[in-house]
Amino acid sequence: MKQDVDKLIAGAFSGDESSLGCLLTMVENDDASVSRILEVVSSKLGRAYRIGITGSPGSGKSTLIDKLVAAMRSKGLTVGVICVDPSSPITGGAVLGDRIRMEQHYSDDGVFIRSMASRGSYGGISKAVGAAVDIFDASGKDVVVIETVGIGQEGIDITKIVDTTLLVLAPGWGDSMQLMKAGVLEVADIIVINKADLGADGLADSIREILALSTRKSAPPVIQTQAFNNIGIEDLCHELENRRNEHHHKAKER
Amino acid sequence: MSKPIKVLIAKPGLDGHDRGAITLAMGLRDEGMEVIYTGLRQTAENIVRTCSQEYVDVLGLSLLSGGHNYYFPKIIDLLKENGMGHVLVLAGGIIPNEDRKSLKEKGIKEIFGPGTPISEIADFIRKNIKGEDS
Repeated sequence: MKQDVDKLIAGAFSGDESSLGCLLTMVENDDASVSRILEVVSSKLGRAYRIGITGSPGSGKSTLIDKLVAAMRSKGLTVGVICVDPSSPITGGAVLGDRIRMEQHYSDDGVFIRSMASRGSYGGISKAVGAAVDIFDASGKDVVVIETVGIGQEGIDITKIVDTTLLVLAPGWGDSMQLMKAGVLEVADIIVINKADLGADGLADSIREILALSTRKSAPPVIQTQAFNNIGIEDLCHELENRRNEHHHKAKER
Repeated sequence: MSKPIKVLIAKPGLDGHDRGAITLAMGLRDEGMEVIYTGLRQTAENIVRTCSQEYVDVLGLSLLSGGHNYYFPKIIDLLKENGMGHVLVLAGGIIPNEDRKSLKEKGIKEIFGPGTPISEIADFIRKNIKGEDS
């Protein structure tokens, strides 16, 4: 069995997608070989820039990722995407529906999309996501993007496993009282107001006002996008690119 | 605790009708499975790539346009070529009786027509999946 796992790992790292897919399933299912997988993976970590995308259901996270991935691909970066959707608390079943927004990348060898069900975790990701990100990193992806379950307030587990956290909001999300509350707004590195064509200036102003009153050392940028129309994506990419450079700079210093 | 069964529901080729595919996706969700739906008008290559990346246990192909004799065998071959020959492949939609035998010989494990109860499909999956009782 151990030999099989090493074969799978070798396959996954040389670009065989079903081997990589199988490793991800093994960590999801808490297979007996997980410790061996993580042992090999941990010796190859540190290259990938990790972006977490969180926000309420229907705010456009998947569509935004679709456009971000296209922009990264145009720069020649390879991308791994992990999309988490909720498992039913009643049956354990799930419909994993984020991949369908990323159809333009189905045939691109530089993009690997993996859907995962939350399987009883309530922090917006599943237990296996951390290991899955490491596997993508070790397999040589330049960027790993993780989309959480649609959440808005408490789910900040994602921030612990990524370099940069994006919070995606949509107009109509709430007033300044919502913005004062504890939670994701405290930890987001970049705030995106998507569907900005529905009128985002009011929300953007409220966010900036509340952030100015907070004790955070540096306020996160607030960027307006219309992912569906591919508007504002460049601004967001620019911001992410700066942070990716910083990340690599820091990684070199370590 | 047994692991959830992972299913891809796919619509190959030029066929714009997916009410059946969506009904089945939600039905299998209610049966405790993790279900992904590809969306309409997919190539055989993209369906097989999705199977690999998601490492699914089951692939459900839905086709109502008459293209099954072209797409289904091609997908079975591509699955084998890509190390995914273990996937349980099922078909549904409008498949004429005279085509069933050859499709099953090719490797489609079962063909479910309109009106099949979801529970029958779910039971078939549970019975036929490799290593499920482990």
